[in-house]
Amino acid sequence: MIRKMKTAAELMLDVLHQSGVSHVFGIPGGNSIPIYDALTHHPLQLILTRHEQGATHMADGFARTSGKPSVVCVTSGPGATNTLTGILTAMMDSIPMLIITGQSITPNIGLDAFQEADVMGMSFPVVKHSYRVSDPQDISRIIREALHIATTGRPGPVLVDIPKDVSAAMVNVDIECEQDLPGYQAAPEINIGELELAANLINAAHRPVILSGHGVILSDASKALMEVVEKMRIPVTTTLLGKGGFPDTHELCLGLPGMHGTAYANKALCESDLIVSIGARWDDRITGIPEKFCTNARKIHFDIDPVEIGKIIPVDCAVIGDARMALEELIAYLKPGELKSWNNRIRSWKRSFPLKYRKEGKLRAQHIIEELSKLAGPEAVVCTDVGQHQMWAAQFVKTDKGKNWISSGGAGTMGFGLPSAIGAQLARPDATIYAIVGDGSFQMTFCELATATINKLPIKIILMNNRYLGMVRQWQHLFYDNRFTGVDLVGNPDFIKLASAYNIKGFRVKRSSDVRKTLKAAIDWNDGPCLIEAVVEQHDNVFPMVPAGATLEEMIIEPPKRPRVVS
Amino acid sequence: MKKAIKHTISLLVSNKPGVLTRVALVFARRGFNIDSLVVSKAQTPAFSRMNIEATGDERTLSLMMAQLNRLVDVIRAVDHAGEDVVQRELALFKIKCTPRTRTEILQMADTFRGQTVDMGDDTVTLQITGKSTKIEAFHTMMKPFEIMELVRTGKVLMSRGRESTA
Ligand SMILES: Cc1ncc(C[n+]2csc(CCOP(=O)(O)OP(=O)(O)O)c2C)c(N)n1
Ligand SMILES: [Mg+2]
Repeated sequence: MIRKMKTAAELMLDVLHQSGVSHVFGIPGGNSIPIYDALTHHPLQLILTRHEQGATHMADGFARTSGKPSVVCVTSGPGATNTLTGILTAMMDSIPMLIITGQSITPNIGLDAFQEADVMGMSFPVVKHSYRVSDPQDISRIIREALHIATTGRPGPVLVDIPKDVSAAMVNVDIECEQDLPGYQAAPEINIGELELAANLINAAHRPVILSGHGVILSDASKALMEVVEKMRIPVTTTLLGKGGFPDTHELCLGLPGMHGTAYANKALCESDLIVSIGARWDDRITGIPEKFCTNARKIHFDIDPVEIGKIIPVDCAVIGDARMALEELIAYLKPGELKSWNNRIRSWKRSFPLKYRKEGKLRAQHIIEELSKLAGPEAVVCTDVGQHQMWAAQFVKTDKGKNWISSGGAGTMGFGLPSAIGAQLARPDATIYAIVGDGSFQMTFCELATATINKLPIKIILMNNRYLGMVRQWQHLFYDNRFTGVDLVGNPDFIKLASAYNIKGFRVKRSSDVRKTLKAAIDWNDGPCLIEAVVEQHDNVFPMVPAGATLEEMIIEPPKRPRVVS
Repeated sequence: MKKAIKHTISLLVSNKPGVLTRVALVFARRGFNIDSLVVSKAQTPAFSRMNIEATGDERTLSLMMAQLNRLVDVIRAVDHAGEDVVQRELALFKIKCTPRTRTEILQMADTFRGQTVDMGDDTVTLQITGKSTKIEAFHTMMKPFEIMELVRTGKVLMSRGRESTA
């Protein structure tokens, strides 16, 4: 009998392809050459990046916009360590991702061989799970298990470390590959008793608020959530990662809660008698001091991960399981109450404390973002970097669908914006992808402009140039008596020239009156990527703001009126 | 101050490289000290058993139990704090002695059903098994003599009756 043989690397790519993976992101090196060799004639599409961190954020953006995992493939040593920031970013935000790292040949591991690094050891705290492949015959089982773990339950990154001799070894393609995961439970069964308790608490509440998180998007629970909300008329605040899980344009949507949340979302939380968290993990950017967080409200927590229950906030009821399934079951137990006066109260807060900014005078980042959102519409996909521009985008971009708002929340990784937009465009070739980036963040990963150009990805990069690490400057301004240290980005390049060096069309806008015109021209641009540099007011600050360590009640709604110091 | 109590945790885990690190990291991340740790093969070679003793407050520990159970390589993790379980530990005491004190030491060891496992000109090595408290009691008895070395295995435990351990 002739057995069909392939290298372990080839077999691995076949398994990935059969499992629905379409793209591999990365940079090769000595210890991953056998894998890159197998990619030569393979239907999997390789996207060569300019830095391994970029590869991880591209895979991340791909997963966030499509719901499908993708793969990062890098070499050992520095190639592998360059992925750690992206792995942390994916771990903190529950993103399915497979990271395949080349490794020194088996006999050299642990001997400080060239480009050998203990990437398993380094990544333990930031992966959902990880594997070292020691027997090439295990490759197909391990890859299937890794994908299963990455994509089910609470998703997360899984790392597979493959020594070069293992990836190059010949294996029989027909080997049996039973999954062997006795310690892994993807999604716990929903406890009907807890669900009934949740329904009773909701039915009895007079001033309930739903805190809708990333879990709603990850489990495709938007429709079920909408049914619950429409039936009960409960207002919804969406976390930074939950944005889009419930439409921003809905009358019951309160936008973002917490540190830079809307005044009405925070007021609603403060005055509520019941907070229903659905796939949100009571992050400290929302809860501040847990002991003092909305002490008058009862709390219900829907979460697929039992670790999150009671981790930050003690709750009165916990429904563990998939959010969509839980909500679909819940609806039958719900009886609409009388929430008119509560909703009237919220409506009056919305009228009294709208998000605002100055449209006259110097150009404001908020102005561009709001205008962009109007021109692009609620179907647009927006990816952001980290900083003030990110918070303004969260406040002013209207997102009506899950998977259309992409931002690094848990890790707050500067440099995420551009590469995640590249991943998003590859996942959704027909969508218009906007990357709202900061001048500081952009300079951490702008080498990926090359990746956007060579792949002819028509992403639109809106760069907010305030010549500052603005968010840190804001903290130094408000809480450190204006001692600006390490925040001045003097020496910024000419971003239009930089773009043109990559053959990317550049637009620059400096005046409020030109915003619409410039944005329209950029939106109409249809020859590959383009970059819009917005030269914005340097000393603007994000408000409302709840200072770190304060309670939501202590929110500062408007900028304090003190003389502004010019740096 | 949160109340610190002693917890005895048993785990059934996959018998694979790296599992111990993953488990230890859950404790280290919260700055929890591990008081004792025993790892050995389970009945089936695919699994190992771990017994861990750690001291800390209830809330943090219950979070860590959930984190341990979340690990893919952990089949089950159970905290036995406050439970009546079968527990045993073994300790070796190497005591300096003279011909005069030797008899006294051996008599005490006998009371604790200890065994003499080695004897030299001026040393005697004793093995004591039982609950950790028994070992501590014997330790106190030996303090007037010169204890040259003390080695303890750490606690192993098993649930009583039909109850499964982890
Ligand atoms: C990798 C990384 N380093 C440092 C920080 C800390 N940090 C948070 S926001 C920020 C400033 C971001 O500057 P920029 O991208 O220009 O955005 P802006 O706040 O000016 O809009 C910094 C340094 C971070 N979040 N990530
Ligand atoms: Mg900036």
